[in-house]
Amino acid sequence: MSLRLIDGSEAVAEAALSAGLRFYSGYPMSPATDLLEQLAKKLPERGGVCINADTEIEGVNMAIGASMTGFRAATGSCGQGLSLMQEAIAEVALNETPLVIFNMARSQQDYFQATRGGGWGDYRTIALAPKDVPEAVELTQLAFHLSDKYRVPAIVYGDNILARTLTAVDTSPIAFEPLPPRDWALDGTTGGTGRSKQIWTWGVGKHNTPGPGPQLHWRNIADKFARIAETEQRWEAGFHEDAETMVVAFGTAGKFVEYVVEDMRQEGWQVGFFRPITLWPFPEDALERGCKTARQVLVFELNAGQMIDDVRISLGKRVPIRSIGGISSDDAGINIGDRMDASYIRARIIEAMEPVS
Amino acid sequence: MNVAARKLSRGTIVVAVDRCKGCELCVRACPVDVLTMSEVTNANGFRFPLLAPGCTGCTACQQVCPDYVFEVYKYEEAVDELAAD
Amino acid sequence: MNYVDTTYPPVRESRQVASFKPALLQTEEHHLCPGCGEPVAIRLICEVIQELGLAQDTISIFGHGCYGAFMSTLDVETTLCLHGRAPAVATGMKRMRPDKLIWTMQGDGDMVSEGLAEVLHTAARGESVTCFMLNNGVFGDTGGQMTAASVVGQRTKNTLEGRDPGYHGFPITIGEMVAALPGSAYVARGSVHNAGSIAQAKKMIRRGFERQMANAGFGLVEILTMCPTGWFLPTKDGPEYMMESLGSVYPLGIIKDVGAEQPA
Repeated sequence: MSLRLIDGSEAVAEAALSAGLRFYSGYPMSPATDLLEQLAKKLPERGGVCINADTEIEGVNMAIGASMTGFRAATGSCGQGLSLMQEAIAEVALNETPLVIFNMARSQQDYFQATRGGGWGDYRTIALAPKDVPEAVELTQLAFHLSDKYRVPAIVYGDNILARTLTAVDTSPIAFEPLPPRDWALDGTTGGTGRSKQIWTWGVGKHNTPGPGPQLHWRNIADKFARIAETEQRWEAGFHEDAETMVVAFGTAGKFVEYVVEDMRQEGWQVGFFRPITLWPFPEDALERGCKTARQVLVFELNAGQMIDDVRISLGKRVPIRSIGGISSDDAGINIGDRMDASYIRARIIEAMEPVS
Repeated sequence: MNVAARKLSRGTIVVAVDRCKGCELCVRACPVDVLTMSEVTNANGFRFPLLAPGCTGCTACQQVCPDYVFEVYKYEEAVDELAAD
Repeated sequence: MNYVDTTYPPVRESRQVASFKPALLQTEEHHLCPGCGEPVAIRLICEVIQELGLAQDTISIFGHGCYGAFMSTLDVETTLCLHGRAPAVATGMKRMRPDKLIWTMQGDGDMVSEGLAEVLHTAARGESVTCFMLNNGVFGDTGGQMTAASVVGQRTKNTLEGRDPGYHGFPITIGEMVAALPGSAYVARGSVHNAGSIAQAKKMIRRGFERQMANAGFGLVEILTMCPTGWFLPTKDGPEYMMESLGSVYPLGIIKDVGAEQPA
C-alpha cells in the first residue's frame, strides 16, 4: 500500500490508468479540466492515447470508436458537457459498447441527468457517486469493470470538491473478477469470412448472420438492465437501526451528512444516514430497510429536488419525506455554494427533528 | 436475312432479370447500343434489358448497373449469336 | 428483332470478365431506388479492398443514409455510428488500431450537414483515415430534403421552388475546405455517371486507401452519385442532370494528393 498526497483529479486519472485506460478524449470545462490535463500528460507516457477533442460530442464519439476496437476508453466533462453527450451515452447502451464517462460536476444538479439520461430509448446508465477521493479511486476502477462486464455505459459522478481536495490515496490496481474476452470487438479479422461482425443499435445483423432485429434486441437490453438493477446496487448506511429521523444524501454531501449525524448521535439525537453509492441502480430495498424505524426522512441534496424522487419511489407514502437541501451555488455558478456546510446541515436536521412551535 | 449483315458478338452477358429495376442506365452506357428495354415486365413490374448481337464484352453495363444485374463474358472467338447451331 | 438468350452463361468458349457482385458483398439484393448511384460506389470500394487484400484488416463506420442498406450486406466489419460522427469514431479506432484500414461511409447530409465539425477536425488532426462521401445533394433516406451540399436552384422536398440562396444560403464544397487543411493528404472527387468516370472513381478509392496505409494523413474521397428519386427525375436522366447541376459546383478530379510525384 503506497499513499500519495494528490488531488482528486489526479487520483481519478491514476485510478483510470490502474484500471487499464488506454484512450481518453475530452474537452475542457471546469472542474473536469484537471482530469483532462492529467490524462493528456500521463496517458501517452504509459502507451495510451489522449486526444484534446474539439467538441464534447467528438470526444465521446472518439472514445466510442476506441472502445469498439476492444480497449478501455473514457471521456469526461462536468454535467453541462455531459449534456452534449446524451445521444452518445444512449447509443453505447443500445449497441452494447463499454464506456466510462466522468462527470466532475459543478454541483449536485446533475442527478436526473445521470440517472434518467437525456438520450433516446429504453436504456439505463450505471451511475456511481463517490463521497471522497479514496472512494472515487475505488469507484473509478469499478466503473471500468462494470462497464466491461455488462457492456453498458457507466458514469462516475464526482464534483469540484473531490476534484480539488488533496488526500492521501493508494491508486494501485484493484483486482476484480476476471472478465471474458471481448469477442464482440472489431479488429477487422472477420472480414471476408462471410460472418463479418457488426455493431448496430438496431441489432439487424447481416444477410448471412441475421441479428435479433430492433424489437428483440431492445428487449434483450432492457432485460440486461433489469438484471444489473438487481445485482449491482451499492450503498452505505449508519445509525439506522433505531433512527427516528433518517437523512439521505449522495456524493460529497453524503460525507458531510455522515459527519454531522455521527456528531449528533454523540449528543443523543436518534438520527441515522443513508447514502446511495449507485445512483442507478438506486438501492430502493436497502433504503426501505434502512428507514424502517424512521418517522421522517430528510433528503439533503443541493438541487431543487432530484434524488428525492427516487427516495419517494423507494418509500412511498409510508413516511413523511422532506428536502432539507436546495440549490446552492456561488456567484459564478461553477462551485457548490454555502449550503454544503456542516452547521447548515445540522441546523436543518434539528429544525426537522425539533420544530419550533 | 443476309447473313453477312448480322453483327458478330465478341462478348455476352447474363441478365438477372428479376433483380432489374428498369433504370435503363445500361442502355445509355452501352457503347455499341446492343441493349434495349423489354416490352414485358419482370416479376416486380420493371422492364429489363434485352441483348442484341454485337456485344463486345466491355462491361460498361455491369459497371453502371446499380442492381448488379449483369455478368459479362468475352468469347474466345467472335460469335454469330443468331446462327442456328 | 432477334435477341440473344441471356439467361445462362454462354456455352461457347468464353471467359468471365465481370461478375454480378463483388466478393465482399454477401448478396446482390438491396432496396435502394432504381437508378441510384450508391450501389455502384459501394461495389468499387468492395473491389478495391479485395484487390488490396485488406478484407481482414479493415473496419468501416457507416453514417446514416440510404447507403446504410449495405451495413447488412457488406462482408467486412461494420458499425453504424451517430449521424455525422463517423470521422470521430474513426479517430478512436485508428488511434487504437493504427495498422488497420479504417474508413467511413457517409453522404453529403451526414458529412456536410450534421457532421461538418467532425470531418474538419479529423482532417485538421491529420488522422490517417479515409472518409467517403456519397454526394447526391439530398438527404435521400428521409425522402430528398436539402443538405448543406445542395446546389443553388436545386429542387428538393423542402425547397420545392429550388434552393434560394437568399433564404437557404449556398452549398459548402467540403472537398476544397478539407484540402485547405494541412492535415489532409488526399482529397479527390469522382462520380459514377458513366463507365469512364466509374473507372476513375475506382482509382481514387484505391489511391485513398493506399495513402492511408502509408500513414500520409487524412483522406476524403467524394463520389457524386445519382439520386433520380430525390431529383424528381426519370432514372435514365440521372447521370446527365447530375453532371449539369452537382457537377458544375463540384468539379471532378484530384483536389489534393500530397504523396503524388511532382511533374519533372
